[in-house]
Amino acid sequence: MAASPIIASDSRTEWAKTLPYKGRVGIYLLILTESSFFSIFVVAYLFYVGKSLTPPFPRDVLSPPIVNTICLLSSSVTIFLAVRALRSGSIGGFLLWWVVTLALGLEFLIGTAFEWHKLIYHDGLTISTNLFGTTYYSLVGLHALHVTVGLTLIFLVTILTLLGHMEGRHVERVDVLSWYWHFVDAVWIVVFTTVYIIGR
Amino acid sequence: MAGSIEHEIALGAGRERVSLPVLGRIHEWVVTVDHKRLGLMYIVGGLVFFVIAGLEASAIRLQLAVPNAGIVPPDSFNRLMTMHGTTMVFLVGMPILTGFFNYLVPLMIGTRDLAFPRLNAFGFWIWLFGSLLLYFSYIGGDGLYGAGSAPDVGWFAYAPLTERAFSRGNSTDYWILSVFLTSVGSTATAINIIATAFSMRCKGMTLAKMPVLVWLAVIVSFQILIALPPLAAAQVMLLLDRFAGAHFFDTQAGGSAILWQHFFWIFGHPEVYILVLPAFAFANEIIPVFSRKVLFGYEVMVAASAAIAFISLSVWAHHMFSVGMTPAGNSFFVASTMLVSVPTGIKIFNWVGTMWGGKIRFKVPMLFSIAFLLQFLIAGLTGIMLGAAPFDWQLTDTYFVVAHFHYVLVGAILFMIFAAIYYWFPKATGKMLSERLGKWHFWLFLIGYHLTFDTMHFCGLYGMPRRIYTYQPGRGLETLNFVTSLGVIFQAAGVLFLVINVLTSLRSGDSAGSDPWDAWTLEWATTSPPPAYNFASEPVVQSRRPLWDLKHPEDPDWNYE
Repeated sequence: MAASPIIASDSRTEWAKTLPYKGRVGIYLLILTESSFFSIFVVAYLFYVGKSLTPPFPRDVLSPPIVNTICLLSSSVTIFLAVRALRSGSIGGFLLWWVVTLALGLEFLIGTAFEWHKLIYHDGLTISTNLFGTTYYSLVGLHALHVTVGLTLIFLVTILTLLGHMEGRHVERVDVLSWYWHFVDAVWIVVFTTVYIIGR
Repeated sequence: MAGSIEHEIALGAGRERVSLPVLGRIHEWVVTVDHKRLGLMYIVGGLVFFVIAGLEASAIRLQLAVPNAGIVPPDSFNRLMTMHGTTMVFLVGMPILTGFFNYLVPLMIGTRDLAFPRLNAFGFWIWLFGSLLLYFSYIGGDGLYGAGSAPDVGWFAYAPLTERAFSRGNSTDYWILSVFLTSVGSTATAINIIATAFSMRCKGMTLAKMPVLVWLAVIVSFQILIALPPLAAAQVMLLLDRFAGAHFFDTQAGGSAILWQHFFWIFGHPEVYILVLPAFAFANEIIPVFSRKVLFGYEVMVAASAAIAFISLSVWAHHMFSVGMTPAGNSFFVASTMLVSVPTGIKIFNWVGTMWGGKIRFKVPMLFSIAFLLQFLIAGLTGIMLGAAPFDWQLTDTYFVVAHFHYVLVGAILFMIFAAIYYWFPKATGKMLSERLGKWHFWLFLIGYHLTFDTMHFCGLYGMPRRIYTYQPGRGLETLNFVTSLGVIFQAAGVLFLVINVLTSLRSGDSAGSDPWDAWTLEWATTSPPPAYNFASEPVVQSRRPLWDLKHPEDPDWNYE
């Protein structure tokens, strides 16, 4: 044991390496609190399944958005590949997979827009029509809002990369953003199950 | 990196210069990302709102001092009641406690700031904006409708009274947005505290060597992250109901008013523990130092706190026994509520065990801590009474409930906040608070507190309902209510002594030195007030009480841990 209990430390960096990266801890905690937020909307959705007093009802108007789902879930793979490329020092590979992620996310958002357009103008379902509309638009809309935030951040990183500001040392920060995107995808699995399987 | 540290040092030096113009000094505070300044701003902001909410409570008690008093009209009474509750929870309790954590956690783990200093500044300013929004409702709540001013729906805002049809104007919207924004601030701080404790500890400080206060800060932060979003989510639903025509809590379209109660109390009950665990944290630091003994049962204390936090997530519906749940539901929530008292009891025994055989110094922080122990015990006992569903059916929505939770919020939390102010004021300012004025503060407040809240239990037992603006004479409530209101004068006098104490001590208090209490944790290793960079060189620790090791090299703690 050292003689002096409080001494100046020159091996601080060695010790610091044993501690987790603060950005990683931060994003995990953000995911924890967001999960709590989403779970309340999921509970409200499940609580009101089958309780709408007036049509339209889910089984009449909803069809599972399979293409959207495939696009969003595969974007989790592409963003993982992007981060891996950056970690191995390939800015070009990173940019390629990153733009693919952006495109897949955009497809999901546009697909959701078409789905909502059909529901509103063809089926006459709005947020105030009945409890189904209330819970459907708020849960799917909350998720779509998170997709939009994620896409905005991914877009900003794309611009920064195109301007030549992306370097290998930024990989931890990009990794933190990718965890947010993985979370958005994982939430979609829950939302999909709730809305299109249990709730239909 | 080096540049930013030099910048910090320059800021620290700037604070010493008395010639800095007022505007320049204000500017320094506005743009600061220093955890100590933000912590102090949280605490001072919370204390300002404490005075405001205290005045609201005084107006309520003035109206209730005698039967049929005509001082506060019914609609104003509802507003006062709502504003008092909302203010005390979100604008007083939360900021003061996050303020202390902000200030203390980096110092106690031997680092220079929180993990995300700018996020910390964001949290404070969004909290302040939300707080001001709540009080702006007195002016802006009319909206376009000319109906109502401040919110009058109670701090619990039960549906469907909060729906458009029953709550016109914008007062309820101000309540929603204000509370939502203060929650955003709390969430930012919670993420910051945990990331700091996990990623920024000084060399040698393993998790098992963190001060108990830091452990409790981490546990409380986890609770904030899990328990605050349900309220925020329910508030978003309520906003959708009010502005987009959704039907979440609209009973005419099949919505459920009970669902709001569930969502609110899923937040609301853990919130009680979010507020009281920091009080425990202060007691964990103060009681050992003034008993001159190591905290009894460090590991058990941490485990009991985590158990309280975990169990508290599953007790919420004991606020709802009277809505008519199933017998199985009632039984579950009775059982889980009883279960919380086990780890809580462990903590009380551990504090007594810490004091047992110690060389107790009855300084002001310790006086408040001892009162806290006794009062919290009583609050826990009435909690067990109310946790039994049949007893609750009899006394729910009476003043017995009001007395019970004020015993927790005032008797435990506020007393420990006072203790913490007396204990850490010397560290933050470099000046000691006066013991003489402090003892006046303690005894006046203690007497006032018991006059008010002990008698309130009996009002409840005699059947006086809460949230009413007056009562009839001849029902045996006059004397009790008068005594309850009388206590307010003593409490207000006590707080006045605190204000005088702070102002005179700042001007001419005794110099504190770096370690006035002969304490053991790292915040006492640096100067009072600490420089902007906290520690000139980052410390290295070997045990839970690094300053003990420093002062007693012949018998260091690491031989026993």
